Amino acid sequence: MTEKVKLLHHVEAINWNRIQDEKDVEVWNRLVNNFWLPEKVPLSNDVQSWATLTPAEQEMTMRVFTGLTLLDTVQGTVGAVSLIPDAITQHEEAVYTNIAFMESVHAKSYSSIFSTLCSTKEIDEAFRWSNENENLQKKAQIIVDYYTGDDPLKRKVASTLLESFLFYSGFYLPMYWSSRAKLTNTADLIRLIIRDEAVHGYYIGYKFQKGLEKVDEARRQELKDYTFDLLYELYENEVQYTHDLYDGVGLAEDVKKFLHYNANKALMNLGYEAMFPSSLTDVNPAILSALSPNADENHDFFSGSGSSYVIGKAVNTEDEDWDF
Amino acid sequence: MAATLMAEGATTYGSGAGPGSSTSASLVYFSSASENTHRFVRKLGMEAARIPLRTQDETIYARKPYVLILPTYGGESGRNSIPKQVLKFLKNEENRSLLRGVIGAGNTNFGTTYCLAADKIAAKCEVPHLYRFELMGTADDVARVKQGLEEFWKRQLKQ
Repeated sequence: MTEKVKLLHHVEAINWNRIQDEKDVEVWNRLVNNFWLPEKVPLSNDVQSWATLTPAEQEMTMRVFTGLTLLDTVQGTVGAVSLIPDAITQHEEAVYTNIAFMESVHAKSYSSIFSTLCSTKEIDEAFRWSNENENLQKKAQIIVDYYTGDDPLKRKVASTLLESFLFYSGFYLPMYWSSRAKLTNTADLIRLIIRDEAVHGYYIGYKFQKGLEKVDEARRQELKDYTFDLLYELYENEVQYTHDLYDGVGLAEDVKKFLHYNANKALMNLGYEAMFPSSLTDVNPAILSALSPNADENHDFFSGSGSSYVIGKAVNTEDEDWDF
Repeated sequence: MAATLMAEGATTYGSGAGPGSSTSASLVYFSSASENTHRFVRKLGMEAARIPLRTQDETIYARKPYVLILPTYGGESGRNSIPKQVLKFLKNEENRSLLRGVIGAGNTNFGTTYCLAADKIAAKCEVPHLYRFELMGTADDVARVKQGLEEFWKRQLKQ
Protein backbone atom coordinates (compact mmCIF):
# COMPACT_ATOMS: atom_id res chain seq x y z
CA MET A 1 0.00 0.00 0.00
CA THR A 2 1.46 3.34 -0.99
CA GLU A 3 -0.96 5.59 0.90
CA LYS A 4 0.55 7.56 3.68
CA VAL A 5 -0.67 6.34 7.03
CA LYS A 6 -2.90 8.95 8.58
CA LEU A 7 -2.44 9.56 12.26
CA LEU A 8 -3.44 12.21 14.72
CA HIS A 9 -1.02 15.15 14.67
CA HIS A 10 -1.68 16.32 18.15
CA VAL A 11 -2.82 14.41 21.21
CA GLU A 12 -4.15 15.76 24.50
CA ALA A 13 -4.89 13.72 27.61
CA ILE A 14 -8.49 12.53 27.40
CA ASN A 15 -10.75 13.88 30.14
CA TRP A 16 -13.85 11.73 30.69
CA ASN A 17 -15.14 14.32 33.13
CA ARG A 18 -15.65 16.85 30.36
CA ILE A 19 -18.05 15.40 27.84
CA GLN A 20 -18.93 17.17 24.59
CA ASP A 21 -21.29 14.49 23.27
CA GLU A 22 -23.20 12.30 25.74
CA LYS A 23 -23.63 9.70 23.00
CA ASP A 24 -19.91 8.89 23.28
CA VAL A 25 -20.29 7.92 26.95
CA GLU A 26 -23.56 6.09 26.38
CA VAL A 27 -22.10 3.99 23.55
CA TRP A 28 -18.81 3.40 25.36
CA ASN A 29 -20.75 2.05 28.35
CA ARG A 30 -22.95 -0.08 26.17
CA LEU A 31 -19.96 -1.58 24.36
CA VAL A 32 -18.14 -2.29 27.59
CA ASN A 33 -21.23 -3.93 29.09
CA ASN A 34 -21.65 -6.02 25.95
CA PHE A 35 -18.05 -7.27 26.06
CA TRP A 36 -17.65 -11.01 25.53
CA LEU A 37 -15.10 -13.57 24.42
CA PRO A 38 -15.67 -16.70 22.30
CA GLU A 39 -14.23 -18.90 25.07
CA LYS A 40 -17.40 -18.22 27.08
CA VAL A 41 -19.63 -19.91 24.49
CA PRO A 42 -19.79 -23.74 24.74
CA LEU A 43 -19.13 -24.31 21.04
CA SER A 44 -18.09 -27.93 21.59
CA ASN A 45 -21.76 -28.76 22.23
CA ASP A 46 -22.24 -28.29 18.48
CA VAL A 47 -19.89 -31.10 17.47
CA GLN A 48 -22.69 -33.66 17.21
CA SER A 49 -24.93 -31.27 15.37
CA TRP A 50 -22.14 -30.44 12.92
CA ALA A 51 -21.87 -34.12 12.07
CA THR A 52 -25.51 -34.14 10.93
CA LEU A 53 -24.77 -31.62 8.16
CA THR A 54 -23.98 -32.97 4.71
CA PRO A 55 -20.44 -32.37 3.39
CA ALA A 56 -21.85 -29.70 1.04
CA GLU A 57 -23.61 -27.95 3.94
CA GLN A 58 -20.45 -28.06 6.02
CA GLU A 59 -18.44 -26.59 3.17
CA MET A 60 -20.97 -23.80 2.63
CA THR A 61 -20.97 -23.00 6.36
CA MET A 62 -17.19 -22.79 6.50
CA ARG A 63 -17.11 -20.54 3.44
CA VAL A 64 -19.67 -18.24 5.02
CA PHE A 65 -17.57 -17.97 8.16
CA THR A 66 -14.29 -17.30 6.34
CA GLY A 67 -16.12 -14.52 4.47
CA LEU A 68 -17.26 -13.02 7.76
CA THR A 69 -13.73 -13.39 9.12
CA LEU A 70 -12.42 -11.32 6.24
CA LEU A 71 -14.91 -8.51 6.87
CA ASP A 72 -14.16 -8.44 10.58
CA THR A 73 -10.44 -8.39 9.80
CA VAL A 74 -10.92 -5.40 7.48
CA GLN A 75 -13.01 -3.56 10.04
CA GLY A 76 -10.64 -4.33 12.92
CA THR A 77 -7.34 -3.54 11.24
CA VAL A 78 -8.32 -0.83 8.73
CA GLY A 79 -11.91 0.35 9.08
CA ALA A 80 -12.50 1.40 12.65
CA VAL A 81 -8.90 2.62 12.95
CA SER A 82 -9.27 4.84 9.87
CA LEU A 83 -12.11 6.71 11.59
CA ILE A 84 -9.94 7.84 14.51
CA PRO A 85 -8.15 10.80 12.84
CA ASP A 86 -11.52 12.36 11.87
CA ALA A 87 -13.18 11.98 15.25
CA ILE A 88 -14.92 15.13 16.51
CA THR A 89 -14.29 14.38 20.19
CA GLN A 90 -11.55 12.48 22.03
CA HIS A 91 -14.18 10.17 23.49
CA GLU A 92 -15.21 9.30 19.97
CA GLU A 93 -11.61 8.22 19.33
CA ALA A 94 -11.77 5.98 22.38
CA VAL A 95 -15.02 4.40 21.18
CA TYR A 96 -13.38 3.57 17.82
CA THR A 97 -10.53 1.79 19.58
CA ASN A 98 -13.13 -0.30 21.40
CA ILE A 99 -14.90 -1.06 18.11
CA ALA A 100 -11.60 -2.01 16.45
CA PHE A 101 -10.72 -4.39 19.26
CA MET A 102 -14.14 -6.06 19.27
CA GLU A 103 -13.90 -6.59 15.50
CA SER A 104 -10.67 -8.47 16.16
CA VAL A 105 -12.47 -10.54 18.80
CA HIS A 106 -15.15 -11.32 16.21
CA ALA A 107 -12.56 -12.33 13.62
CA LYS A 108 -10.89 -14.60 16.15
CA SER A 109 -14.17 -16.17 17.24
CA TYR A 110 -14.71 -17.70 13.79
CA SER A 111 -11.41 -19.48 14.24
CA SER A 112 -12.74 -20.83 17.55
CA ILE A 113 -15.73 -22.23 15.68
CA PHE A 114 -13.46 -23.77 13.05
CA SER A 115 -11.04 -25.35 15.47
CA THR A 116 -13.97 -26.85 17.41
CA LEU A 117 -15.77 -28.30 14.43
CA CYS A 118 -13.34 -28.86 11.56
CA SER A 119 -10.02 -30.37 10.59
CA THR A 120 -6.98 -28.23 9.77
CA LYS A 121 -7.20 -29.34 6.16
CA GLU A 122 -10.83 -28.24 5.89
CA ILE A 123 -10.03 -24.91 7.53
CA ASP A 124 -7.16 -24.22 5.13
CA GLU A 125 -9.39 -25.14 2.21
CA ALA A 126 -12.12 -22.72 3.32
CA PHE A 127 -9.62 -19.87 3.73
CA ARG A 128 -8.22 -20.66 0.28
CA TRP A 129 -11.76 -20.37 -1.14
CA SER A 130 -12.29 -17.00 0.51
CA ASN A 131 -8.97 -15.74 -0.81
CA GLU A 132 -9.95 -16.75 -4.31
CA ASN A 133 -13.64 -15.88 -4.40
CA GLU A 134 -13.91 -12.90 -6.70
CA ASN A 135 -17.06 -11.40 -5.21
CA LEU A 136 -15.88 -11.69 -1.63
CA GLN A 137 -12.53 -10.11 -2.48
CA LYS A 138 -14.31 -7.38 -4.42
CA LYS A 139 -16.51 -6.37 -1.51
CA ALA A 140 -13.53 -6.16 0.81
CA GLN A 141 -11.61 -4.15 -1.78
CA ILE A 142 -14.42 -1.66 -2.38
CA ILE A 143 -14.53 -0.90 1.33
CA VAL A 144 -10.75 -0.77 1.80
CA ASP A 145 -10.49 1.68 -1.11
CA TYR A 146 -12.88 4.07 0.60
CA TYR A 147 -11.12 3.73 3.91
CA THR A 148 -7.85 4.79 2.32
CA GLY A 149 -9.52 7.65 0.43
CA ASP A 150 -9.44 11.20 1.75
CA ASP A 151 -13.10 11.90 2.57
CA PRO A 152 -13.88 11.39 6.28
CA LEU A 153 -17.66 11.35 5.85
CA LYS A 154 -17.49 8.86 2.99
CA ARG A 155 -15.38 6.67 5.23
CA LYS A 156 -18.19 6.68 7.77
CA VAL A 157 -20.72 5.76 5.10
CA ALA A 158 -18.54 2.85 3.93
CA SER A 159 -18.05 1.76 7.52
CA THR A 160 -21.76 1.86 8.37
CA LEU A 161 -22.64 -0.09 5.23
CA LEU A 162 -20.08 -2.71 6.22
CA GLU A 163 -21.37 -2.98 9.79
CA SER A 164 -25.06 -2.87 8.94
CA PHE A 165 -25.31 -4.46 5.48
CA LEU A 166 -22.31 -6.44 4.23
CA PHE A 167 -22.23 -8.96 7.07
CA TYR A 168 -25.76 -10.18 6.53
CA SER A 169 -25.31 -12.52 3.57
CA GLY A 170 -23.17 -14.44 6.06
CA PHE A 171 -25.21 -13.93 9.24
CA TYR A 172 -28.20 -15.48 7.50
CA LEU A 173 -26.78 -19.01 7.62
CA PRO A 174 -26.23 -19.48 11.36
CA MET A 175 -29.75 -18.05 11.91
CA TYR A 176 -31.05 -20.57 9.38
CA TRP A 177 -29.31 -23.47 11.14
CA SER A 178 -30.53 -22.21 14.50
CA SER A 179 -34.13 -22.13 13.24
CA ARG A 180 -33.69 -25.83 12.45
CA ALA A 181 -32.20 -26.51 15.89
CA LYS A 182 -28.71 -27.00 14.42
CA LEU A 183 -25.42 -25.41 15.54
CA THR A 184 -27.34 -23.55 18.24
CA ASN A 185 -24.27 -22.64 20.31
CA THR A 186 -22.55 -21.28 17.23
CA ALA A 187 -25.70 -19.24 16.62
CA ASP A 188 -25.51 -17.88 20.17
CA LEU A 189 -21.99 -16.65 19.46
CA ILE A 190 -23.05 -15.11 16.14
CA ARG A 191 -25.91 -13.31 17.91
CA LEU A 192 -23.34 -11.63 20.14
CA ILE A 193 -21.54 -10.43 17.02
CA ILE A 194 -24.83 -9.27 15.48
CA ARG A 195 -25.61 -7.29 18.63
CA ASP A 196 -22.20 -5.61 18.54
CA GLU A 197 -22.48 -4.73 14.85
CA ALA A 198 -25.81 -3.01 15.53
CA VAL A 199 -24.21 -0.69 18.09
CA HIS A 200 -21.24 -0.05 15.77
CA GLY A 201 -23.48 0.79 12.79
CA TYR A 202 -25.72 2.96 14.94
CA TYR A 203 -22.81 4.92 16.37
CA ILE A 204 -20.82 5.44 13.18
CA GLY A 205 -24.06 6.38 11.40
CA TYR A 206 -24.82 8.86 14.17
CA LYS A 207 -21.38 10.46 13.82
CA PHE A 208 -21.94 10.66 10.07
CA GLN A 209 -25.13 12.61 10.74
CA LYS A 210 -23.30 14.90 13.15
CA GLY A 211 -20.82 15.55 10.34
CA LEU A 212 -23.67 16.35 7.93
CA GLU A 213 -24.87 19.10 10.26
CA LYS A 214 -21.67 21.01 9.57
CA VAL A 215 -21.75 21.00 5.76
CA ASP A 216 -23.81 22.87 3.18
CA GLU A 217 -26.74 21.55 1.19
CA ALA A 218 -24.70 20.77 -1.94
CA ARG A 219 -22.29 18.64 0.04
CA ARG A 220 -25.18 16.89 1.78
CA GLN A 221 -26.69 16.01 -1.57
CA GLU A 222 -23.31 14.77 -2.79
CA LEU A 223 -23.01 12.49 0.23
CA LYS A 224 -26.53 11.19 -0.16
CA ASP A 225 -25.94 10.36 -3.83
CA TYR A 226 -22.66 8.77 -2.89
CA THR A 227 -24.32 6.63 -0.20
CA PHE A 228 -26.95 5.27 -2.56
CA ASP A 229 -24.40 4.71 -5.36
CA LEU A 230 -22.13 2.80 -3.02
CA LEU A 231 -25.05 0.78 -1.66
CA TYR A 232 -26.08 -0.19 -5.22
CA GLU A 233 -22.53 -1.16 -6.09
CA LEU A 234 -22.19 -3.27 -2.96
CA TYR A 235 -25.68 -4.70 -3.39
CA GLU A 236 -25.02 -5.97 -6.91
CA ASN A 237 -21.84 -7.61 -5.74
CA GLU A 238 -23.63 -8.99 -2.68
CA VAL A 239 -26.26 -10.65 -4.86
CA GLN A 240 -23.53 -12.40 -6.86
CA TYR A 241 -21.79 -13.47 -3.68
CA THR A 242 -25.09 -14.78 -2.29
CA HIS A 243 -25.58 -16.92 -5.39
CA ASP A 244 -22.00 -18.23 -5.11
CA LEU A 245 -22.67 -19.36 -1.55
CA TYR A 246 -26.29 -20.43 -1.47
CA ASP A 247 -27.35 -21.62 -4.95
CA GLY A 248 -26.28 -25.15 -4.10
CA VAL A 249 -28.90 -25.37 -1.35
CA GLY A 250 -31.57 -23.20 -2.98
CA LEU A 251 -31.56 -20.50 -0.33
CA ALA A 252 -30.37 -17.52 -2.40
CA GLU A 253 -33.79 -15.88 -2.80
CA ASP A 254 -34.49 -16.13 0.90
CA VAL A 255 -31.08 -14.64 1.69
CA LYS A 256 -31.74 -11.72 -0.67
CA LYS A 257 -34.79 -10.68 1.34
CA PHE A 258 -32.57 -10.60 4.39
CA LEU A 259 -30.12 -8.41 2.46
CA HIS A 260 -32.87 -5.95 1.51
CA TYR A 261 -34.14 -5.82 5.07
CA ASN A 262 -30.68 -5.03 6.39
CA ALA A 263 -29.87 -2.56 3.60
CA ASN A 264 -32.89 -0.59 4.82
CA LYS A 265 -31.55 -0.63 8.36
CA ALA A 266 -28.11 0.47 7.19
CA LEU A 267 -29.70 3.45 5.43
CA MET A 268 -31.68 4.32 8.56
CA ASN A 269 -28.51 4.21 10.63
CA LEU A 270 -27.17 6.88 8.28
CA GLY A 271 -30.35 8.93 8.70
CA TYR A 272 -31.87 8.07 5.31
CA GLU A 273 -35.27 6.56 4.63
CA ALA A 274 -35.54 2.83 3.90
CA MET A 275 -35.23 2.08 0.17
CA PHE A 276 -36.54 -1.45 -0.38
CA PRO A 277 -40.36 -1.82 -0.22
CA SER A 278 -41.87 -4.28 2.24
CA SER A 279 -42.66 -6.72 -0.58
CA LEU A 280 -38.90 -7.30 -0.89
CA THR A 281 -38.06 -7.30 2.81
CA ASP A 282 -40.47 -9.94 4.07
CA VAL A 283 -37.79 -12.02 5.71
CA ASN A 284 -38.65 -15.63 6.46
CA PRO A 285 -40.30 -15.48 9.93
CA ALA A 286 -38.15 -18.40 11.11
CA ILE A 287 -35.02 -16.35 10.40
CA LEU A 288 -36.45 -13.25 12.03
CA SER A 289 -37.42 -15.16 15.13
CA ALA A 290 -33.98 -16.81 15.29
CA LEU A 291 -32.64 -13.26 15.36
CA SER A 292 -35.14 -11.90 17.87
CA PRO A 293 -37.83 -14.05 19.49
CA ASN A 294 -40.28 -11.17 19.81
CA ALA A 295 -40.01 -9.74 16.31
CA ASP A 296 -42.92 -11.65 14.79
CA GLU A 297 -46.43 -10.54 13.87
CA ASN A 298 -47.92 -12.01 17.04
CA HIS A 299 -46.47 -9.03 18.78
CA ASP A 300 -48.36 -6.57 16.61
CA PHE A 301 -51.43 -5.58 18.60
CA PHE A 302 -52.71 -3.34 15.81
CA SER A 303 -52.95 -6.13 13.24
CA GLY A 304 -54.52 -8.60 15.68
CA SER A 305 -58.22 -8.75 16.54
CA GLY A 306 -57.88 -5.84 18.88
CA SER A 307 -61.57 -5.75 19.85
CA SER A 308 -61.20 -8.94 21.86
CA TYR A 309 -58.17 -7.63 23.68
CA VAL A 310 -58.87 -6.49 27.21
CA ILE A 311 -57.21 -3.18 27.77
CA GLY A 312 -55.40 -3.24 31.07
CA LYS A 313 -55.90 -0.34 33.41
CA ALA A 314 -52.87 1.57 34.57
CA VAL A 315 -52.06 0.73 38.16
CA ASN A 316 -50.81 3.32 40.55
CA THR A 317 -47.54 2.02 41.84
CA GLU A 318 -45.18 3.30 44.44
CA ASP A 319 -42.14 5.03 43.07
CA GLU A 320 -39.84 2.28 44.34
CA ASP A 321 -41.55 -0.09 41.93
CA TRP A 322 -39.84 1.73 39.14
CA ASP A 323 -36.43 0.48 40.19
CA PHE A 324 -36.53 -2.40 37.77
CA MET B 1 -22.82 21.71 18.78
CA ALA B 2 -23.94 20.07 21.97
CA ALA B 3 -25.90 23.16 22.89
CA THR B 4 -27.99 23.13 19.71
CA LEU B 5 -28.68 19.45 20.22
CA MET B 6 -29.98 20.00 23.70
CA ALA B 7 -32.04 22.97 22.63
CA GLU B 8 -33.63 20.82 19.97
CA GLY B 9 -34.13 18.00 22.43
CA ALA B 10 -35.98 20.29 24.79
CA THR B 11 -38.54 21.32 22.21
CA THR B 12 -41.66 19.32 21.51
CA TYR B 13 -43.31 18.47 18.28
CA GLY B 14 -46.75 20.01 18.02
CA SER B 15 -48.30 21.89 20.89
CA GLY B 16 -46.86 22.09 24.40
CA ALA B 17 -43.19 22.83 24.74
CA GLY B 18 -40.24 22.46 27.02
CA PRO B 19 -39.37 21.05 30.41
CA GLY B 20 -42.09 21.52 33.03
CA SER B 21 -44.84 22.07 30.49
CA SER B 22 -48.19 20.30 30.38
CA THR B 23 -49.46 18.57 27.30
CA SER B 24 -52.80 17.37 26.03
CA ALA B 25 -51.20 15.47 23.14
CA SER B 26 -52.27 11.83 22.81
CA LEU B 27 -48.69 10.85 21.95
CA VAL B 28 -45.73 11.26 24.26
CA TYR B 29 -42.28 10.10 23.17
CA PHE B 30 -38.64 9.94 24.10
CA SER B 31 -35.86 10.17 21.54
CA SER B 32 -32.12 10.35 22.19
CA ALA B 33 -29.73 12.59 20.26
CA SER B 34 -29.78 10.03 17.45
CA GLU B 35 -33.26 11.40 16.67
CA ASN B 36 -34.53 8.05 15.34
CA THR B 37 -37.75 7.98 17.35
CA HIS B 38 -38.21 11.71 16.78
CA ARG B 39 -38.11 11.12 13.01
CA PHE B 40 -40.69 8.37 13.30
CA VAL B 41 -43.04 10.60 15.28
CA ARG B 42 -42.57 13.44 12.81
CA LYS B 43 -43.59 11.09 10.00
CA LEU B 44 -46.80 10.22 11.86
CA GLY B 45 -47.76 13.87 11.59
CA MET B 46 -49.69 13.76 14.86
CA GLU B 47 -49.52 16.09 17.80
CA ALA B 48 -46.88 14.70 20.15
CA ALA B 49 -44.93 15.85 23.18
CA ARG B 50 -41.27 15.01 23.64
CA ILE B 51 -39.86 14.06 27.03
CA PRO B 52 -36.86 16.35 27.74
CA LEU B 53 -33.52 14.92 26.65
CA ARG B 54 -31.59 16.20 29.65
CA THR B 55 -32.24 14.07 32.73
CA GLN B 56 -31.78 17.03 35.06
CA ASP B 57 -34.54 19.04 33.34
CA GLU B 58 -38.02 19.00 34.81
CA THR B 59 -40.19 16.42 33.09
CA ILE B 60 -43.43 17.15 31.23
CA TYR B 61 -46.98 16.50 32.42
CA ALA B 62 -49.73 14.66 30.55
CA ARG B 63 -53.23 16.04 30.89
CA LYS B 64 -55.08 13.52 28.72
CA PRO B 65 -54.81 9.78 28.02
CA TYR B 66 -51.82 9.10 25.77
CA VAL B 67 -49.69 6.43 24.12
CA LEU B 68 -45.96 6.40 24.89
CA ILE B 69 -43.34 5.74 22.20
CA LEU B 70 -39.84 4.91 23.38
CA PRO B 71 -36.71 3.19 22.14
CA THR B 72 -34.67 0.36 23.64
CA TYR B 73 -30.99 0.52 22.85
CA GLY B 74 -30.43 -3.10 23.78
CA GLY B 75 -27.50 -4.53 25.61
CA GLU B 76 -26.64 -4.82 29.26
CA SER B 77 -28.53 -8.11 29.52
CA GLY B 78 -31.74 -6.13 29.72
CA ARG B 79 -30.75 -4.08 32.74
CA ASN B 80 -31.31 -0.34 32.70
CA SER B 81 -33.18 -0.61 29.43
CA ILE B 82 -35.66 2.17 30.23
CA PRO B 83 -34.13 5.61 29.62
CA LYS B 84 -33.78 7.57 32.87
CA GLN B 85 -35.74 10.45 31.36
CA VAL B 86 -38.70 8.14 30.75
CA LEU B 87 -38.53 6.77 34.31
CA LYS B 88 -38.61 10.32 35.60
CA PHE B 89 -41.68 11.05 33.48
CA LEU B 90 -43.46 7.89 34.64
CA LYS B 91 -42.64 8.42 38.27
CA ASN B 92 -45.25 11.13 38.19
CA GLU B 93 -48.45 9.47 39.29
CA GLU B 94 -50.78 11.33 36.97
CA ASN B 95 -48.53 10.67 33.98
CA ARG B 96 -48.64 6.99 34.84
CA SER B 97 -52.41 6.89 35.31
CA LEU B 98 -53.06 8.42 31.88
CA LEU B 99 -50.89 5.90 30.02
CA ARG B 100 -53.01 3.74 27.70
CA GLY B 101 -50.48 1.91 25.56
CA VAL B 102 -46.83 1.67 24.57
CA ILE B 103 -45.06 1.53 21.20
CA GLY B 104 -41.49 0.25 21.17
CA ALA B 105 -38.63 1.22 18.88
CA GLY B 106 -35.43 -0.78 18.61
CA ASN B 107 -33.36 -3.14 16.54
CA THR B 108 -33.94 -6.88 16.12
CA ASN B 109 -30.15 -7.28 16.29
CA PHE B 110 -30.58 -6.92 20.04
CA GLY B 111 -32.33 -10.29 20.13
CA THR B 112 -34.26 -10.91 23.33
CA THR B 113 -33.96 -7.27 24.39
CA TYR B 114 -35.61 -5.94 21.19
CA CYS B 115 -38.07 -3.27 22.44
CA LEU B 116 -37.59 -4.54 26.00
CA ALA B 117 -38.14 -1.13 27.61
CA ALA B 118 -41.62 -0.95 26.08
CA ASP B 119 -42.33 -4.52 27.25
CA LYS B 120 -41.36 -3.64 30.80
CA ILE B 121 -43.49 -0.52 30.93
CA ALA B 122 -46.47 -2.31 29.37
CA ALA B 123 -46.22 -5.09 31.98
CA LYS B 124 -45.71 -2.74 34.91
CA CYS B 125 -48.57 -0.43 33.96
CA GLU B 126 -50.80 -3.18 32.57
CA VAL B 127 -51.32 -1.53 29.22
CA PRO B 128 -50.86 -3.17 25.81
CA HIS B 129 -47.56 -3.05 23.94
CA LEU B 130 -49.20 -1.92 20.72
CA TYR B 131 -46.46 -2.10 18.10
CA ARG B 132 -42.74 -2.48 17.50
CA PHE B 133 -40.63 -0.83 14.83
CA GLU B 134 -36.94 -0.58 14.07
CA LEU B 135 -34.79 2.55 14.10
CA MET B 136 -36.78 5.39 12.47
CA GLY B 137 -39.45 3.06 11.06
CA THR B 138 -40.40 2.30 7.46
CA ALA B 139 -43.29 3.77 5.45
CA ASP B 140 -45.30 0.65 6.31
CA ASP B 141 -44.67 1.13 10.02
CA VAL B 142 -45.89 4.71 9.80
CA ALA B 143 -49.08 3.71 7.97
CA ARG B 144 -49.87 0.89 10.41
CA VAL B 145 -49.29 2.96 13.50
CA LYS B 146 -51.37 5.85 12.14
CA GLN B 147 -54.29 3.59 11.37
CA GLY B 148 -53.78 1.48 14.47
CA LEU B 149 -53.80 4.48 16.78
CA GLU B 150 -56.93 5.88 15.17
CA GLU B 151 -58.80 2.64 15.80
CA PHE B 152 -57.30 2.28 19.24
CA TRP B 153 -58.58 5.66 20.37
CA LYS B 154 -62.04 4.97 18.91
CA ARG B 155 -62.24 1.79 20.97
CA GLN B 156 -61.02 3.62 24.03
CA LEU B 157 -63.84 6.15 23.69
CA LYS B 158 -66.45 3.37 23.60
CA GLN B 159 -65.24 1.91 26.89
